[in-house]
Amino acid sequence: MTMSNRTKIPSYLMFFEQLGEIGILLARTLRNFFRKPWERELFLQQLEEIGVRSLPVVSLTAAFGGLVFGLQTYIGFHRYIGQGSEAYGGPIISLGLTKELIPILVGLMVTGRVGSAMAAEIGTMRITEQVDALYTLGADPNRYLVVPRTMASIIMLPCLTLYGDIIGIACGYFYNALMGVNRTLYWRNTLLYLELWDIVSGLIKALIFGLVIAIIGCWQGLNAEGGAEGVGRATTRTVVIASISILILNFFLSRMLPANIG
Amino acid sequence: MIQIVDLHKSFGGKKVLDGLNLDIKKGETVVVIGQSGSGKSVLIKHLIGIIRPDKGEIFIDGTEICCLSEDDFFKLRKRFGMLFQGAALFDSLTVGQNVAFGLERYRDFSEEEKQKIVRESLARVGLRGVEDLMPHELSGGMKKRVGLARAIAYKPEIILYDEPSTGIDPIRADAINDLIIQMKKEMGVTSIVITHDMVSAYKIADRIAMLYEGKIIEEGTPEEIEKTENEIVQQFIHGQAKGPIKEW
Repeated sequence: MTMSNRTKIPSYLMFFEQLGEIGILLARTLRNFFRKPWERELFLQQLEEIGVRSLPVVSLTAAFGGLVFGLQTYIGFHRYIGQGSEAYGGPIISLGLTKELIPILVGLMVTGRVGSAMAAEIGTMRITEQVDALYTLGADPNRYLVVPRTMASIIMLPCLTLYGDIIGIACGYFYNALMGVNRTLYWRNTLLYLELWDIVSGLIKALIFGLVIAIIGCWQGLNAEGGAEGVGRATTRTVVIASISILILNFFLSRMLPANIG
Repeated sequence: MIQIVDLHKSFGGKKVLDGLNLDIKKGETVVVIGQSGSGKSVLIKHLIGIIRPDKGEIFIDGTEICCLSEDDFFKLRKRFGMLFQGAALFDSLTVGQNVAFGLERYRDFSEEEKQKIVRESLARVGLRGVEDLMPHELSGGMKKRVGLARAIAYKPEIILYDEPSTGIDPIRADAINDLIIQMKKEMGVTSIVITHDMVSAYKIADRIAMLYEGKIIEEGTPEEIEKTENEIVQQFIHGQAKGPIKEW
């Protein structure tokens, strides 16, 4: 249903209607994951667009995220426990980065860089009738536009997060090493207390964020209307809705994903 | 071949189609005329399932299509080709890839055959050697012709033309008119053409239907339409600002 169909619907009902539309798009996309023909070439293009081209921005944010986390942990231990205790910050830095900070930073960066581009590209295709042309030429827009983007997004987000984890942890260590923290103790503590599940749970979050970014970007694009202004609105909405969804989902996922605190 | 019965469609409370009825015979060229925003494009998008009606029925060769599943519509769409108002070429593909797009999905051709059909389709609309260009390198008129080449490449039975002559110089527009007539003669294609261009309408139409306030208010051969006493149709075909049509 197009946006113009909704003008008489009260806003609270519109929220549920839009939620339903997203749910239908998600269900159709997941179903089409397993149906041939696959758009292999488009999928590879999206892997490059979402993954490879996001590396610079992820490197930068993960590096500075790791540095600032290293800095604050260093200050915290130094102030409250005393000199020499900073080496115990290693596991905290690694845990915070892998489980929380890096998945969120990667999610937000990819939302800004890729989610908005998805909405703009598909939105432009919609207002110039290219989406309608896909129908007439035997291509289901969901399989042609949404599936490759969603698949690539849920594969590349965990990869980018893992890459960001490595950069972030290295930079957190680098800062502490620079401040004269005992390097051996720092690493020993990190390896002793950081569990594989901590990293995996961060990757699970990233996978879900990838799904959210692609579905919201594509949904906004497919519903864009009203010329260039409409495409602009779809792009802005994608960034706002996906960013907020990531932050809210992150809390619930942190609660739901088991953490070993025994 | 195509029978549209009591078709209704509203957007945001605004009635666009309000009980529209229209019959189109096999091999016939029907031109639908009407004001901008009168629902002409909405009408043809119903035929290929891009828009679903609020009420009413559409029969194609006796089969009701409004409630078809997406998979069934996919099979049905093989029978249709469509030229869009703004050509709707895919920005990320070359001209050749655009023309081959439907061929790849609807028919099973070797790469060589495909390239041959692409060249032939482009040549039919007067374009040669443009296969490797990107759509942004083409003029508006060339885009339109590539859009037409794409629509006819896989030899559909029914072609829908949304403003085929808009944005093209009069000579090219007439060449497209000739092509529509040629498609009908050579391949027995059924055509539904939406246009404001009455010169084109008179030349290509077997029948002209006027869409006004969501209904077909008049239909007939070009001669009948020209001589009609319906004041709304007269005002429209003569392009007069004064008359019973107040909204413009």
